[in-house]
Amino acid sequence: MRTGTMQLRDARLSSSSDVAAAGLAVRVLLDGVWGFAATDELTPAAAVATAERALEVARISRPLVAERVELAPEPVHADARWVSSYRQDPFAVPVAERARHLAGWAGTLLATDGVDHCDIRLNLAKEQKFYADLAGTVTRQQRVLIEPEITVVAIAPDGPESMRSLAPPTARGWEYLTGEGWDWDAEIAGLPEHLAERVKAPGVEAGDYDLVIDPSNLWLTIHESVGHATELDRSLGYEAAYAGTSFARLEGLGTFGYGSDLMNVTADRTVEHGGATIGFDDEGVATRSWDLVRDGVLTGFQLDRAMAARCGFEASNGCAYADSALNVPVQRMANVSLQAAADSTTTQDLIGGVQDGLYVVGDKSWSIDMQRYNFQFTAQRFYRIRNGELAGQVKDAAYQGSTPSFWGSLKGLGGSGTYYLGGASNCGKAQPGQAAWVSHGAPATLFEQVKVLNTRSEGGR
Amino acid sequence: MSAGFVEIALAEVKALGPDLGAAVLVSQSSTVNLRWALSGLTTNGLTSSRSVTVIVGAPVSGGTGAGVLSREGLDAEGVRALVRDTVALAREAEPAEDAAPFVTGEELPGFADPAAETGASTLAGVAEALGEVFGRSRAQQRESFGFALHEVVTTWLGTSGGLRYRHEQPRGTIELTGKAGARSRSAYLAGATRDFSDVDVLAMDDEIATRLRWQERQIEVKPGRYTTVLPPTSTADLMIYYLWSSDARTAHEGRSVFSRTGGGTRVGEQISSTPLSLLSDPHHFGLGCADRVLSTSSSPMASVFDNGLDAPSATWLERGTISALPTTRHTAGLTGLPVNPPADNLILTGEGGTGSTLDLLEGVSNGLLLSSMWYIREVDPQTLLLTGLTRDGVYVVENGEVVGATSNFRYNESPVDLLGRVEAYGASEICLSREWGEWFTRTAMPALRISDFNMSTVAEGS
Repeated sequence: MRTGTMQLRDARLSSSSDVAAAGLAVRVLLDGVWGFAATDELTPAAAVATAERALEVARISRPLVAERVELAPEPVHADARWVSSYRQDPFAVPVAERARHLAGWAGTLLATDGVDHCDIRLNLAKEQKFYADLAGTVTRQQRVLIEPEITVVAIAPDGPESMRSLAPPTARGWEYLTGEGWDWDAEIAGLPEHLAERVKAPGVEAGDYDLVIDPSNLWLTIHESVGHATELDRSLGYEAAYAGTSFARLEGLGTFGYGSDLMNVTADRTVEHGGATIGFDDEGVATRSWDLVRDGVLTGFQLDRAMAARCGFEASNGCAYADSALNVPVQRMANVSLQAAADSTTTQDLIGGVQDGLYVVGDKSWSIDMQRYNFQFTAQRFYRIRNGELAGQVKDAAYQGSTPSFWGSLKGLGGSGTYYLGGASNCGKAQPGQAAWVSHGAPATLFEQVKVLNTRSEGGR
Repeated sequence: MSAGFVEIALAEVKALGPDLGAAVLVSQSSTVNLRWALSGLTTNGLTSSRSVTVIVGAPVSGGTGAGVLSREGLDAEGVRALVRDTVALAREAEPAEDAAPFVTGEELPGFADPAAETGASTLAGVAEALGEVFGRSRAQQRESFGFALHEVVTTWLGTSGGLRYRHEQPRGTIELTGKAGARSRSAYLAGATRDFSDVDVLAMDDEIATRLRWQERQIEVKPGRYTTVLPPTSTADLMIYYLWSSDARTAHEGRSVFSRTGGGTRVGEQISSTPLSLLSDPHHFGLGCADRVLSTSSSPMASVFDNGLDAPSATWLERGTISALPTTRHTAGLTGLPVNPPADNLILTGEGGTGSTLDLLEGVSNGLLLSSMWYIREVDPQTLLLTGLTRDGVYVVENGEVVGATSNFRYNESPVDLLGRVEAYGASEICLSREWGEWFTRTAMPALRISDFNMSTVAEGS
């Protein structure tokens, strides 16, 4: 795994790093007990020694293991190769050229009235994996990921205000920064205006509102309240000490009412440019897409081979992932997305149907409880909706909810024209902690009567 | 060989140009971990790795260009190639804003010592005790979950200014969660250690069992502001975020809660009438850490050019008054504040503080006792308002005693504001932040009793 980070502060390079980690891991299943060992020494002798250490770990662990592990079957994929969809490896672009490109953006923004500071961050990743198992599967895979982020800041009389870009992290190459997949000119042109409006915006009045939620915000709500909640290892209790468990239970499969009948959610490890997209997972399973929620009812979970076998599924759906050779593969999230309406409903159509509400754009702060019920999210921008029209920004807002009742209040969906694939590069899980990239798509949505807080009041101000 | 890599790298830099400066960091890591769930071991493993980071400063038009590259799994020739790549990067770079002369010095004692290692034997006692914990759990109709990690990282630093420094950093953590009543009741305990010789897993499990019993009586409590006792782990959660948000540059630019209205920083301002002090001290007993800067990337809190600079004890809050903010040499110049790189630990002490978390219940007529916090995120940088959740046990306190348990809550609170509402504090003790302990392990904190703690909503999760 090679990762690169670059940060510019007010158009000057404040940090640049480039880290390449390589290693080999051996995971053995000895009489139903896992053993894992890893090293960064890439020699045949080290591989043999690492395998012996993994066996030793399995033998030592055996008396303390409560249940014997079995793996769901998977066809052999011999000599399989897969490469993600990108044009230009961003690591092939000289660091100085990367910095000049970003500094150009910053210079444009800093030359605009009302922008006092500009922070730009660029994260890059290139993952190259070789996998082989005793069944005969051998895979070689490579993917490239990129995450640019621009934040402008105004020092207003009553304190700082900021506004961040909406461009999502994505599995693309350098071409993403030169206009393929995102309109940077429009994004950069809009940021100062959005910031200026926020500086002047009044505080929101706390209460219950109809919310039209833009997919640039809703992707994170989906991630937290659906993506993590439908991980079967969480539901079974394997993450109970750390990431948490889930209200979604195996016995609710096919019957549990997750949300309104407009709610159709798929998990997908194949979508082009998805952060969790790959050809084969880290147990040699071919990736796929499947339903998690259909017409508002829980219909699926995310699985690895052990979870699948333990719970009677025919096969894994390919969600095993390790973020480095030094970490054991665990069940991680697919690209989990809310499906758009079949019609051509626009965001404006949804806003037009709201008498008294808020339009929520861009993700910001997020937090959810360990069973994935209680959440609180803020946004880059909250706009007041009055009588079906936008009536300017308000600030200091956060929306709170409890997952099933929140999704039960879903009353409107935009069509495919409103669809956006958002995502994160920092999804954390497991101990030792592992990070993963993941994408989430959604259309514009309408939720009825959601609790909105004024965060200044919450802070006692 | 790791110390030798430093010399190989610096010799290569010297050969590539007399105009170059450099710092080289070699880190060798050895880890062992055990993870368990549903009263049985799940994943566990042994790992070893070594990374080499080369930092080169080269003269470029308008200043000094910086090259920073890190690689794992290199041999000697790989190190030389890494240096060549880093030098090329530095020569082509835009001027680095934090560029400064590399730190000078000499070889310090022990530099050539080999790497320290850990292994399965470090956690043998934990594994043995877990066998009994699992048996007890099954017998008592409860479940045990948790994680134990031991890591030793040895770091060698060399600079083109002659400094040679070696630091050995052990790190151990253990977390136990117990669940009962079809997982409707949940209790948590954690500890930080250097070598596990001071960890008593069975005693921790006894305490888990006690706390699960406390939860047998459930009492409904509505959201609101309550007198709340925070255990040291929760104090650590909040104080770590305080430190992370306190860099001098961001404050000086008017962008944080540490900014003074009208310009400058809040250094010198009293934010609490309680005599609490917050400090970082690399030689604090039980929390020892590097007493020099070791940084593989630049940030508002650290500069790669400062590698090897002294990171002495620093007091961030002195008897309730903001007394310092973290700086690098670069940001000290920007802000006019002293150079103050933070050592990698954090200690909160209250003058005359004695007693434990439970001792603080004495003054509570009607309030709450927390077990831990979870999913803490910043809501408003102006006030440092944070949101998060209580987790694994919220106990109802009446007339100084735990009388039962209630549901979890989502809270909204600012650690800066909260320091002004401290009613009482206990003795500072070594503890593990639940939220940030993976990245910030070394803390000593007291329990705090806070008035009007804002429990915003009930959280159904257990």
